[in-house]
Amino acid sequence: MTVTAVRKDPQRLTLTVEAEFDASVERIWQLWADPRQLERWWGPPNYPATFTKHDLAPGSRVEYHMTGPAGDQPHGYWDVLEVEPPSRILLRDCCDNADSTPRPFNTIRVGIEEIAQGRTRMSIEVVFPSTEAMEQAVAMGTDEGLGKAVGQIDAILTEEANPARSELGL
Amino acid sequence: MVVSVQIAPPDFDPVFAALADHTRRDIVRRAISAEEGVVELAGHYPMSFAAVQKHVAVLERAGLVTKQRIGRRKVVRTNLEALLVARRLLDQYEELWRARIDRMNELIAEPAGAIDTVEATESKR
Repeated sequence: MTVTAVRKDPQRLTLTVEAEFDASVERIWQLWADPRQLERWWGPPNYPATFTKHDLAPGSRVEYHMTGPAGDQPHGYWDVLEVEPPSRILLRDCCDNADSTPRPFNTIRVGIEEIAQGRTRMSIEVVFPSTEAMEQAVAMGTDEGLGKAVGQIDAILTEEANPARSELGL
Repeated sequence: MVVSVQIAPPDFDPVFAALADHTRRDIVRRAISAEEGVVELAGHYPMSFAAVQKHVAVLERAGLVTKQRIGRRKVVRTNLEALLVARRLLDQYEELWRARIDRMNELIAEPAGAIDTVEATESKR
């Protein structure tokens, strides 16, 4: 298995995926830095991505669209925040609604490091759009963060006394 | 499913915001069995009926509970589907990235000359 670790942290609304590759750090860096290679993996086979503007530099906006089976072309973009070739990228991935209004962004942190000769670990940390909801929660005067609420979802669903649980096969 | 997350993440904020309060989480938990109306629910909390009613309204707007008529009574029922959707968010992102990493792996397994890189594309011109 390429993916060596997956961590879901409901407290921080964060998903971390770690993967190891039989390739050099530079090779893995190119998967992000070269738009033609990026296009090969960013979108699923039925929604391939086309990067129309790609400059991996802090402050730049990378633009892409995907092409769906019905010819639909949803647009997305990255706001590149930090770049440290060949080991680190911090970006915000965002896309627009059909009416061009922006949706909340995800922050993606990419780390690439050599763990042995010709063996490289890549970690992807995705932080979910939570700012708005967090502000709302604070405005409502609650003392508990958003993350705790998400953690509670599991608690609610897995409660032993929950009679609906077995019906849903949880 | 994965595609819809990738292109346009569903708007989870109202759900998370609604669940960010312990009274509301407790209401969600109690309303799974759909036995109580707002009046009965209000009896569990040291707050006014109006305050509990407000909490139920927030949950209703987030789609987490519905009010359902059973005979002459109206009970509050948790929409487990909405709850599950919220929990699935993390799982969907995991799937999305696992699929991406699989594709990366296929790509790096290709012989160097076969990869269509920007460099290769430009030297062909």
